[in-house]
Amino acid sequence: MNVKAQTGLWIAQRASAAVLALCVAVHLATMVYAIRGGLSAAEILSRTRGSAGWLAFYSVFVLAVTLHAPIGLRSVLNEWLGWRGTLCDIFLCALAMLLAGLGMRAVLGVFL
Amino acid sequence: MGTDKLKVSVWRGGEGGAFQEFDVPRHPSQTVLDAVTYIQRALDPTLAYRFACRVGMCGSCAMTVNGVARWTCRTHVDEAISGKGEISIAPLRNLPVIRDLVTDMRQFFDKWARAKGRFEGKRTRSDEFETIVPENENRKQIDAAIECIGCAVCYSACDVVSWNPDYLGPAALNRAWTLIKDERDTRTVERLRAVAGDAGCHSCHTHMSCTEHCPKQISPTAGIAGLKREVSLALFRGVL
Amino acid sequence: MTGHTGYWAFLAHRVSGILLTLFLPAHFFALGSALEGEAAFDTFLAWTERPLVKFAEWGIVLLLAAHLGGGLRVLALEFLPWRNWQKGLAALAAAMAIAVSLAFALGL
Repeated sequence: MNVKAQTGLWIAQRASAAVLALCVAVHLATMVYAIRGGLSAAEILSRTRGSAGWLAFYSVFVLAVTLHAPIGLRSVLNEWLGWRGTLCDIFLCALAMLLAGLGMRAVLGVFL
Repeated sequence: MGTDKLKVSVWRGGEGGAFQEFDVPRHPSQTVLDAVTYIQRALDPTLAYRFACRVGMCGSCAMTVNGVARWTCRTHVDEAISGKGEISIAPLRNLPVIRDLVTDMRQFFDKWARAKGRFEGKRTRSDEFETIVPENENRKQIDAAIECIGCAVCYSACDVVSWNPDYLGPAALNRAWTLIKDERDTRTVERLRAVAGDAGCHSCHTHMSCTEHCPKQISPTAGIAGLKREVSLALFRGVL
Repeated sequence: MTGHTGYWAFLAHRVSGILLTLFLPAHFFALGSALEGEAAFDTFLAWTERPLVKFAEWGIVLLLAAHLGGGLRVLALEFLPWRNWQKGLAALAAAMAIAVSLAFALGL
């Protein structure tokens, strides 16, 4: 990976961090509100299903996570495990796909 | 009190060496360099170590004292001594050990060169001076970082240097920063390319060990943060 | 080099990041069970009532707050005018506040 791509990764990491700071704040506040008085599947799903706004919000959340976590883990693998190079980057792409796949499955399951 | 003794453990040998203990007479206002000098002159002439000015100007005497990288000529024994009244002296971390307290500093200076840490102006001796007034904002930022004397304390303190053999390190990156901020320099783009990426500024994780330990109170972390911003701007402008 | 604020902030930030990356796929997977309908989701929700799970949830909130605090510190150091030590403390203080308040709010 050349320095331009590595710079791009750094920018994506910081940008997704800023997005996540907002998303996490909203998510936690929402959870605190929603969890009061216990919850059942029916209660949750009745509020979330069909909500285009929340679907959009959580899709952005999942996308930000898909960028942020693997790029962060890349530093850990490079520095603490000494694992560098193409194979490591391919593994991280696979992780990104896993997070995107499971994440969007959850988003669609809850909001669609 | 000349009859008080200090227990000094000194690293002997190369990478696979060991600590050797010496009893050094303790004096008021004694520095760690004084202790090392005493050992070499009175106890064991085979001890290898570096020093030059012994007054905190050259940085040659930098060693690891009780686990911390510092200038031994500016470290009083009273300040460095452990709870048990012991001092351990080892060569600087992150550099190959030649022998005893002497390290091979070549990689430190090679990385300085790789970061394009050399000024290249556009004027010749026949031209007028290119003036940068003291109030100039760029110059103020340079001033905060320019006093580096290449002692390698920051390089020795940096964990990323330990973890990533290619990482240019705080001193080289700090010097590159002072040159990028220098309006008279002509090699800005090349230098930005040299300091970007995994081997460069982007691997700094702001531990700030460099800033914590720099004997000249420079903050390489600040300069490296500046490099991160400059490199991003260059990427957006399509010049990287 | 260990033993100073910046190093601990970094370590907390990195370790919490690693643990969160391990937690997230499980979190996504469990939520995805909602796709299989309300009964499956209810089974999952009943499981989360167990004390050990509640404790783990509190732990995850703590990890999140620690990671967010560390992240805000990095963003401040990289993008705001340089003020040496103040930023580290400010972001960490913010993280602590968030963690404590959330722990209480979530009633754990």
